[in-house]
Amino acid sequence: MKLPYVEYEAPTTVAEAVHLLAEHQDEASVLAGGQSLIPLLALRLARPAVLIDINGLGELSGVSVTDGLTTIGAMTREYVAEESEMVAGAVPLLAAALPLIGHEAIRSRGTIGGSLAHADPAAELPAVARALDAEFVVRSRAGDRVVPAAEWFEGYLATARRPDEILVEVRFSTAGPGTGVAFQEVARRHGDFAIVGLAVSLTLTDGAISDARLAFSGVADVPVRAADAEDLLVGKSPSPELFEEAGRRATADIDPPADLHGSSEYRKKIAATLVRRGLQAAADRAHQNNAHERQ
Amino acid sequence: MVDITVKVNGATRTGSVEARKTLSDFLRDDLDLTGTHVGCEHGVCGSCTVIVDGRAVRSCLMLAVQAAGSEVTTVEGLAPDGALGALQQAMWDSHSFQCGFCTPGFVMQATAFLSAHPDAGEQEIREALSGNICRCTGYQSIIDGVLLAAHRSREIPCGREADRGGRR
Repeated sequence: MKLPYVEYEAPTTVAEAVHLLAEHQDEASVLAGGQSLIPLLALRLARPAVLIDINGLGELSGVSVTDGLTTIGAMTREYVAEESEMVAGAVPLLAAALPLIGHEAIRSRGTIGGSLAHADPAAELPAVARALDAEFVVRSRAGDRVVPAAEWFEGYLATARRPDEILVEVRFSTAGPGTGVAFQEVARRHGDFAIVGLAVSLTLTDGAISDARLAFSGVADVPVRAADAEDLLVGKSPSPELFEEAGRRATADIDPPADLHGSSEYRKKIAATLVRRGLQAAADRAHQNNAHERQ
Repeated sequence: MVDITVKVNGATRTGSVEARKTLSDFLRDDLDLTGTHVGCEHGVCGSCTVIVDGRAVRSCLMLAVQAAGSEVTTVEGLAPDGALGALQQAMWDSHSFQCGFCTPGFVMQATAFLSAHPDAGEQEIREALSGNICRCTGYQSIIDGVLLAAHRSREIPCGREADRGGRR
């Protein structure tokens, strides 16, 4: 399928991109890595009048860590973040999720900001952002605005970004000591969108869980945080029984969509299994990290 | 129309393209480099994989205008006409193709992967090629070919000689 006719703008500064967005509003689509938008154009599921290509905005690429906050520029390519030791050390959950995105050639072009602005509820990065309470910095001619992850994801492929705004960076809290993470998913083929995915971060302090974060992909039109399970876990010591109960709590209120890859009931069972596996894997890593830090 | 200059297989090429033209169509239609095959045209099959600035990318998911100023390598750039590169030879020796449609995509993906991971084993190679679809071979012979190339580059005996010792 050939792409439909579209006007094309390639700004070289964020200010210029913001000006173009103000002019074209929702007639424009922002082209980042293009790994989701170009298929949407090919399939005529997106029909923007104008493409605003932000690949020339070098100022939007890069990772920095300061004062407990890790900032990732929206145009940072997924493979760059995947290979970044800074990301691995400061936001290990993001590092765990990145290799699961599509395939190598997809991650060559795909960007952190593009995936999060596209907001596919089956994708990995929205679940990571939701689990870690990431902050989204958007810019318009009116200035910058910071949107918490809990408010960013509004629905299927829908975010709190207004038509005249561009996502410029995403901020994550840097992981504390004793934190173990896991990104678990069940997919037909590695690299496919998962049937269900789960982002888990656990922090162990003196053998007890001091912080627990779980977010699902693929169970609703937005990534879903398992708050009831998190409440259950905090203050307790890791055990298979506890994780089993967390799986029940985490899936009690979800009503996943059914499609040709699985029924709603099947997804729910997978979700509970992923909670058990994910919590165990995260707890094991947290133990290792604690042991390592003591040495 | 946008005027672009791209370095393709070492040669500077110019073109005048509509913004909506994909890199794959630019290579095939404007530059007559039809070794890059277009399968699904929406980023699922991997047939159109080429190397842009050292990284494997799907040329149907990249606009030609976005390749301006980049260095692109297509399957035509791997060896002189009529000759085979080391990976191509290993894939030939392993019968890594049947109809051949998907082959350029596999070759380019494997080229990028092996240049970054020359010590890769079978599992890593399977992983690296998991985004490319082949409807003929069942993949085993493709994996064998890429593995053989990796082994030859490290001068580890493999292929038929090693196979006699017992196949997987």
